[in-house]
Amino acid sequence: MSQQGYVATPPYSQAQPGLGGYQGGFGSAPAQPHYGHYGGAPPPATALLKPPVSSGTGLPPHPGSGPYNPNSQQNGAPMQRYPPATYSQPPQQSYNSMASPAPPPPMQLTNQMGTMNLGNYGPVQSAPSATSPVAQQPFRGPPPPATAQPSMQHQMGPAQPPMQHQMAPAQPPMQHQMAPAQPPMQHQMGPAQPPMQHQMAPPTSMSMGRPFPGPPPPAAPGGFHQPGLGPAGPPGYPQQTGPFMGGHMAGPQPGGFPGGLGPQPGPPQKKLDLDSIPSTTQVIEDDQARHGGQVYSTNIRGQVPPLVTTNFTVQDQGHASPRFIRCTTYSLPCTAELAKQCQVPLACIVKPFARLPNNETPLYLVNHGESGPIRCNRCKAYMCPYMQFIDGGRRYQCAFCSCVNEVPVFYFQHLDHMGRRVDFYERAELSLGSYEMVATLDYCKNNKPPKPPAYIFMIDVSYNNIKSGLVRLICDELKTLLDKLPREDGAESSAIQVGFATYNKTLHFYNVKSSLSQPQMMVVSDMTEMYVPLPDGFLVNFQESRALVCNLLSQIPDMFTDTNESETVFAPIIQAGVEAFKEADCSGKLFVFHSSMPTAEAPGKLKNRDDKKLVNTDKEKTLFQPLKGTYEQLSKDCVAQGCCVDLFLFPNQYVDVATMADVPSHTGGSVFKYNNFQVDTDGEHFLRDLRKEVQKSIGFDAVMRVRTSTGFRATDFFGAIHMNNTTDVEMAAVDCDKVVTVEFKHDDALSEETGAFIQCALLYTTVGGQRRLRILNLGLNCSTHLSELYKSCETDALVNFFAKSAYRAILNQPLKNVRDILVNQTAHMLACYRKNCASASVASQLILPDAMKVFPVYMNSLMKTAPLTGSTELATDERAHQRLAVMAMAVEDTQLLLYPRLIPLHNMDVGSEVSPTPVRCSEERLADGGVFLLENGQALFLWLGQASPPDMIQGLFNVPSLAHLQAHMCVLPELDNPLSKKVRSIINDLLEKRPRSMKLHIVKQKDKPEMMFRQFLVEDKGLHGGTSYLDFLCHVHREIRQLLT
Amino acid sequence: MATYQEFIQQNEDRDGVRFSWNLWPSSRLEATRLVVPVSCLFTPLKERPDLPPVQYEPVMCSRANCKAVLNPLCQVDFRAKIWACNFCFQRNPFPPSYAGISEVNQPAELMPQFSTIEYIVQRGPSAPLIFLYVVDTCLEEEDLQALKESLQMSLSLLPPNAFVGLITFGRMVQVHELSCELISKSYVFRGTKDLTSKQIQEMLGLTKPSVAGQPGHPPAPQDAAASCRYEGVATPHLLLSLSELKLFLKVPLFKMAIVSSLIFRFLQPVHKVDMNLTDLLGELQRDPWPVPQGKRPLRSTGVALSVAVGLLEGTFPNTGARVMLFIGGPPTQGPGMVVGDELKTPIRSWHDIQKDNARHLKKATKYYEALANRSAVNGHSIDIYACALDQTGLLEMKCLSNLTGGHIVMGDSFNTSLFKQTFQRVFNKDYNGDFRMAFGGIMEVKTSRELKVCGAIGPCVSLNSKGSCVSENEMGVGGTSQWKVCSLSPSTTLGIYFEVVNQHNAPIPQGGRGAVQFVTQYQHSNTQRRIRVTTIARNWADAQSQIQHIESSFDQEAAAVLMARLGVFRAESEEGPDVLRWLDRQLIRLCQKFGQFNKDDPTSFKLSESLSLYPQFMFHLRRSPFLQVFNNSPDESSYYRHHFVRQDLTQSLIMIQPILYSYSFHGPPEPVLLDSSSILPDRILLMDTFFQLVIYHGETIAQWRKAGYQEMAEYENFKQLLQAPLDDAQEILQTRFPMPRYVDTEHGGSQARFLLSKVNPSQTHNNLYAWGQETGAPILTDDVSLQVFMDHLKKLAVTSSA
Repeated sequence: MSQQGYVATPPYSQAQPGLGGYQGGFGSAPAQPHYGHYGGAPPPATALLKPPVSSGTGLPPHPGSGPYNPNSQQNGAPMQRYPPATYSQPPQQSYNSMASPAPPPPMQLTNQMGTMNLGNYGPVQSAPSATSPVAQQPFRGPPPPATAQPSMQHQMGPAQPPMQHQMAPAQPPMQHQMAPAQPPMQHQMGPAQPPMQHQMAPPTSMSMGRPFPGPPPPAAPGGFHQPGLGPAGPPGYPQQTGPFMGGHMAGPQPGGFPGGLGPQPGPPQKKLDLDSIPSTTQVIEDDQARHGGQVYSTNIRGQVPPLVTTNFTVQDQGHASPRFIRCTTYSLPCTAELAKQCQVPLACIVKPFARLPNNETPLYLVNHGESGPIRCNRCKAYMCPYMQFIDGGRRYQCAFCSCVNEVPVFYFQHLDHMGRRVDFYERAELSLGSYEMVATLDYCKNNKPPKPPAYIFMIDVSYNNIKSGLVRLICDELKTLLDKLPREDGAESSAIQVGFATYNKTLHFYNVKSSLSQPQMMVVSDMTEMYVPLPDGFLVNFQESRALVCNLLSQIPDMFTDTNESETVFAPIIQAGVEAFKEADCSGKLFVFHSSMPTAEAPGKLKNRDDKKLVNTDKEKTLFQPLKGTYEQLSKDCVAQGCCVDLFLFPNQYVDVATMADVPSHTGGSVFKYNNFQVDTDGEHFLRDLRKEVQKSIGFDAVMRVRTSTGFRATDFFGAIHMNNTTDVEMAAVDCDKVVTVEFKHDDALSEETGAFIQCALLYTTVGGQRRLRILNLGLNCSTHLSELYKSCETDALVNFFAKSAYRAILNQPLKNVRDILVNQTAHMLACYRKNCASASVASQLILPDAMKVFPVYMNSLMKTAPLTGSTELATDERAHQRLAVMAMAVEDTQLLLYPRLIPLHNMDVGSEVSPTPVRCSEERLADGGVFLLENGQALFLWLGQASPPDMIQGLFNVPSLAHLQAHMCVLPELDNPLSKKVRSIINDLLEKRPRSMKLHIVKQKDKPEMMFRQFLVEDKGLHGGTSYLDFLCHVHREIRQLLT
Repeated sequence: MATYQEFIQQNEDRDGVRFSWNLWPSSRLEATRLVVPVSCLFTPLKERPDLPPVQYEPVMCSRANCKAVLNPLCQVDFRAKIWACNFCFQRNPFPPSYAGISEVNQPAELMPQFSTIEYIVQRGPSAPLIFLYVVDTCLEEEDLQALKESLQMSLSLLPPNAFVGLITFGRMVQVHELSCELISKSYVFRGTKDLTSKQIQEMLGLTKPSVAGQPGHPPAPQDAAASCRYEGVATPHLLLSLSELKLFLKVPLFKMAIVSSLIFRFLQPVHKVDMNLTDLLGELQRDPWPVPQGKRPLRSTGVALSVAVGLLEGTFPNTGARVMLFIGGPPTQGPGMVVGDELKTPIRSWHDIQKDNARHLKKATKYYEALANRSAVNGHSIDIYACALDQTGLLEMKCLSNLTGGHIVMGDSFNTSLFKQTFQRVFNKDYNGDFRMAFGGIMEVKTSRELKVCGAIGPCVSLNSKGSCVSENEMGVGGTSQWKVCSLSPSTTLGIYFEVVNQHNAPIPQGGRGAVQFVTQYQHSNTQRRIRVTTIARNWADAQSQIQHIESSFDQEAAAVLMARLGVFRAESEEGPDVLRWLDRQLIRLCQKFGQFNKDDPTSFKLSESLSLYPQFMFHLRRSPFLQVFNNSPDESSYYRHHFVRQDLTQSLIMIQPILYSYSFHGPPEPVLLDSSSILPDRILLMDTFFQLVIYHGETIAQWRKAGYQEMAEYENFKQLLQAPLDDAQEILQTRFPMPRYVDTEHGGSQARFLLSKVNPSQTHNNLYAWGQETGAPILTDDVSLQVFMDHLKKLAVTSSA
């Protein structure tokens, strides 16, 4: 029994120095007293310097087990590694070393059988399904006939949640199929190089978790994960050139399986039971059930947080909230070799301005006085809970570089008997994972205190925007919106200044100084060297100049009523914004409302370079690449001045988003795009975006530095950022939805005892014009065992990383390479798991680590996204737009984007407070008689089945039947009945929660617009190419098997 | 002699002409020996209330390269209806309209009293007058306020149909759109960037029709027509007139049509926008850019002017227009920059210039010259109103006004009556209620064949019209027989220099007369096109046999001014001492030629009455600020010279030798010698130097005044005495343009220096005791007195070696 791969995790069978180290690491942390209980931990002062040697045997084998007193102490929160719920099962048993034959509860087992064993759809539905994948799979490479029969298995995590018990019926016979544990052959085989990989030029890059290194030479596509080729490749990986080399070919032989998986092509695929493959909605539900509504305390290093989709409350107890930082894995491999072997990217996703729910404490503000924040002399890390005070409190040792620093006199404090500072609880920087610090003048530009930032609204008043009514819409909205500018906590009014400019091929500044009797308009026609024609009066306090601003906003639409100017400029207006900020000596944000490609004679003039012929060629990447030159420099200028650019595009045709969005995407800005904008259908949608964008909390002129403890370092950064050097992440602005994804690499071996620390320090200017530092600290575990790593993986974060790295890679590589890389890396990660962590099983079984069991569905979905789909039917601008949108996306947003919520509305309880549970994104879940809401953060659909209940239609739309429904509706009528109210409230909640507004599309089943809707059913086959989830799994499985042979 | 004086006076009154010689030497050789060239001061628009213009076109000689206008000197065959041109001898038939002429029915232009006659010609529609204000906003608040008020006031003085425009500048240059009601709109230019005229017009949206849809209320063509209707021109007429304009303005019709719809954004009829513009001016703020400690404000005068010139060039080429530039300091940035913005580097002085240490001088001068030439080509004149305590860069910018006939007014502040009244006086009207200004003048000189024209000195530019009457020998602006004078006032006077080309061996027939015809076309301030023709003739005289006649025909006043103009013209390009040497040499040569003396005996030297004052003029000229830069800033020198080369003879003479009146109880006011001996304790002196008006109270008078005798009834006569010079001064102040600096001072007063620096230092600290009298006041100077000057002159004149 225990041999089953999912139970008996090989790593645990080995000696576990990591666990000892784990403790040691904690011992060094300020929270150590806490661990004092812990098997007689060594005195903290020495712990860091000299990690206690633990035999492993003398220590509790599992972190989740007993020694952790769930309710122990000072930090006041339970310290459990896993939520108490898991304790309902005796986890220790399953985690005990392999040798211990304790069988897992049969229930659990059988569950897994049911879920995992695809081959045995068989048992359930006896027809072998394998044929269809063969027929359908677009993946190239000759699949060995039998590989088409994947059998899957979850590697159950140690804390197999009880919910899984609810899963499909047990299939006891299946167990026999599973191979006995530890087949020696596995080791011998190593992962065979699949043929595809060999086609790729072997690059020099050894990067593991980084499939798309920087801009690689175009001639070396796919320069990633070549474990067999790398000099440091594990010895067990013979470099194979043939697909199935080696005597121990483990590839399943045709007919070798009872399922009779002949490669016969043809018969249309029989519907497989979706329930038998890992379900994202299920995982989300499970996690919600486990952690939902609970308090999550960040007092344990390396603890994996609940999923992003789960509602939980964070209590900061020494590590930054997962809302601020999320890692792809919370247990780093100790060595570069291990990291390379598993190919799991090591990254963290930082969202420095993450919104905190009301019940969580806002960040404390630490003020260290005139001398500024206390920092390590050597590595400049800021004072944080990981600093170790020694020498009676007179000195402290930096957790990041081990440098011993003097404690400044004013900061001196005695240590208590546990070596902890007496003022531990009084100082946020000693007890919390995240906090803010007051920055002194040294941290300000030119050593001058910053001025409050400004918002400039630049409105394109060319023919299109006037005609569509957009200009009037914006102007009217601004009159009220400007009262809601973000302000400093506790401030009476916003310190943000506002400025207004309009433009077509000339630029018009407005002087709305409060002392004037009427606004003044200043036209600048010289586009070659932009400048601001007035030193004051352009940027004003809205409250002071309200009358003039309102007067101006009322006049702007009228002033241009008769315009027939259709040419616009673009780069100069951004330049103008930069100059305005420069003149005012402040940072700020430009809101640009732009209609068309800038074709007027001016710097940054663009021309149509949309060439569908390039799709699916090696040159496709040029469609995504911004034009070099003007805009590049402009981005630099913007960032240098702290000028963030938000671009609202209202195009009627191709506008070269790739180039136009270049500046926003380097300055912490966002790009919004409203195709064929019409006020009545898109107006509200746009205004919602505008309101969110204006009101959201934001920091300006920011520089982020990610410091790590020795042994690894941040090597690559993704986001709406600008990098002048390799370490400083510069952001003109960073708002509550923007994230920076940071990739790490090993420099050296990490120690299991000390673990690994990350400190993100963000220096920025608040909306009130104060210079602050936001410090986010996180401790991670380190392990020499890959199983630890796999166990601590965070799929959503992984997917976020993969999405960004893939989207960056398409700038430099053919799409096909990128997709292949994604598939290969997926396969590789899983193969490595199987090889190193899973217990022996039949090769035909697909074994997935528990933490990553829905990973493939995301990867598959990612490959079906518009940027990665080489289809001429997709608009180039759309693809470019989505590509850029993802680059700064948060984990929850990529999760939602890649796995939309499909919410059934037809059978919900109208009276209930909660919204219905989403179902899997598959056509199968749709019902003719159903009504579904689908959203992915970008689009929102209300899908009406052909046979939707008339009373529902009546309730929602006040029309007797579907046939009476108007086409192109984008808003639900406000009807006074429970159903309508409920649905509208669900929609409003969604719109409220998401960073962006979504336009509501109402689609009827079998109607033409339904196509749009269908492409979001990510488990199905893609509309523009791309496989279904099931086929993808099969394909990955095949790859894995090739790797393992 | 009296006859000559009368003759001269009569000629001046009738024709506005003063010749240096009223008998002309008949050969080139003789003419050169006379030292002072045959030359004249000509006031093209001399006010002639008694001369109503005739309403027809002049009759011109049909010879292509002559085109002289029919005049009283022409021989006319009334029977054959033929007239002979007195310049080229071409025989021309009269035009049909002259069919009725006879001996008793002669057209005006044939009558001798109409040697000057003015024609009103009906060519095309009349173009409006244009006034483009270019206003510096880097002023002190008080100054700006005063300037704003003056400008607002000026709107009421402008002809209602005149077009106005407004450009303001400081660090940036703003061209204001005038038609906007609810929001004031302006086009902004960076003050540091030199733009071409084309770029400027593009940026102002003047070149593309579609710009009509630009913000504001774009004037559609109908609007344009409407604007014109105010001038009494009906819409259809306008359309018609556009095509005529095309011919007249040499602009393609389509462009005119477009332009006419666009120009109205920046230039509008006064009556239409005076409210708007008044508000706009009222709202003008000081240049808002902060000026750091130790810096000058950044003033983009160069670009502002370039934009102004470009705007007019693009909209109203060849139309009468005034660009009125108001500055309160030197240009400190961009093209045309005169001084950097660092206060620690002072603006260039004569010393710097002589040391070749004026960094921006050449570049800036070149820049403004180019602008001035462009502007002149288009017939637009540029006025400079510079009011500041320090220099404002007039040296560099003077050409703007000098070449285009614009005014230069220099004052200490816009908040002075000097500026306010002077500015008001720009809009003075004549007896007909017309403005005393004319535009786009083209003056042509035709000479009979014994004479050629060498050049002109005055506010004009050459039109490079080479003809048979153009001499190769250039004096002043030469090489042409036509000059453009973009703006003319009734007092604008040009010095015109001739050369006698008749060879010695080709005697002129008995009774032959040399003739000169001045044909001046211009746009009258009531927008009419007019042509004024002045034809004059002088007798030839053989210098050998008739030298006395020639001598007595010498107009020493005119000659002094004409020589002074030559000197000033030279001074612009030559070193001061060289000019003085040249002047001295001319004077000595003249004295040698006409003086009566025994060789090497200075005491025997005598000059005839017709030359007697001439050396004295030269003495004062040498001391004048036109040739002496000592104690003057470069700007002041430029300012003085500017006015000197355009004023008429009387004013010019005042400038050379100020006049001094003395008031005392001893008799009525009398003119006295400009000499230190005239400064007496019991006199009040009134000195008029053109630029300054000084009332000087003698020591005793000053004491009396201090004691307040004038307040006492019994000393009413003292009060009257005090009042008399004030009244006289007031009279001068009323008429003078620009308004002089008014100085009321007394013995020992600091401002008395104005007087002391002008009078002939006959008594100085050096010779005071030698004279030993208590008469007069000693002047503390090392300058030579007139007496010393004359002694030297005599000595040099009589030496045989000279």
